Amino acid sequence: MLHTVNKSPFERNSLDSCLRLAKKGSAILLMEDGVYAAVTGTTATDKMASAAKGNSVYVLGPDMSARGLAEDQLIDGIKVVDYEGFVDLVADNDGVTPWL
Amino acid sequence: MAAYNVNGNDIEHDEEGYITDVSQWNMDLAQIIADAEGLDMTDEHWAVVNFLREYYNEYQIAPAVRVLVKAIKKQFGPEKGSNKYLYELFPYGPAKQACKVAGLPKPTGCV
Amino acid sequence: MTEVVFEIEGVKKVITFLNRKAPYGTIYALEVLESVLITAAFEQHANIVFVDDGVYQIKKGQDTAALEMKNFLPTYGIIEMEKEDADEDEDMDMNWRIIVEKESMEARGLTADDFKIDVEVLSSAELAEVLETSDAVIGG
Repeated sequence: MLHTVNKSPFERNSLDSCLRLAKKGSAILLMEDGVYAAVTGTTATDKMASAAKGNSVYVLGPDMSARGLAEDQLIDGIKVVDYEGFVDLVADNDGVTPWL
Repeated sequence: MAAYNVNGNDIEHDEEGYITDVSQWNMDLAQIIADAEGLDMTDEHWAVVNFLREYYNEYQIAPAVRVLVKAIKKQFGPEKGSNKYLYELFPYGPAKQACKVAGLPKPTGCV
Repeated sequence: MTEVVFEIEGVKKVITFLNRKAPYGTIYALEVLESVLITAAFEQHANIVFVDDGVYQIKKGQDTAALEMKNFLPTYGIIEMEKEDADEDEDMDMNWRIIVEKESMEARGLTADDFKIDVEVLSSAELAEVLETSDAVIGG
């Protein structure tokens, strides 16, 4: 299962609910405003870093760039994907759970 | 707005003949709408109309056609529990035509 | 015009509807509810799940009269009716579950008695398993 989070962790509880309800080992993709959870130095960093240890966490590169986030700010273990990588994730996983 | 005249009272309807206030329905009105639709109301017609009204009162929307078929099957037996039979009763469609007679809003969906 | 034909004969999936938004403030709840009702028409398996503010969708005692909006709480009764109908009808291969996440419910000071329809209350861990084993998840 691929879980997608597209809301900022500071505005909505989408990320918290995703982390609570995604089975260990499943894939998580941060996209749109969800990408703000992918960088260090925020109040969301700790929970995201610990999620990256039990799950495969990805972030959509074009959405990071659009928001001025750089790859050297990324939390360890989070991998950047482009749109093709996004398609691969959807194809490789058995279903998508959107956290809107 | 156009209206049906039922025993001296006006009951408003839209341009397609659906009444605008569900609560104003009564059996005399249903008969007037049925006449306008060219329907000869049998017990089975009334059973469909009554089921639609009861369902709408409980759930606030019209039932899916398959739910209606099942209910009629339960009441009148398997030979009448079909979509085809409902179309024999209401040639312009059990959803649209029967809902009109039952005083329900025009259904928006197709299931 | 091209005719679109859906091949649904024999297709059976487990579809999970993940309700996470309160009713009335946004259109999410109503849109998901309509999707659930359509799923019944195709006799698919379904988990109707209420998480986060989604649990407010089925809270008893809603009165929208002053808002001049339709109160669609009664319409959730169809989900319960369809589930019971499928459970009783041996000819029907349609398994529905109506699920509320315990943590979301308790965080909002609610119990199962506060809901208009009968629900299964599952822990986060149990619900995670339900999501993982679904063929498709519709979020809202």
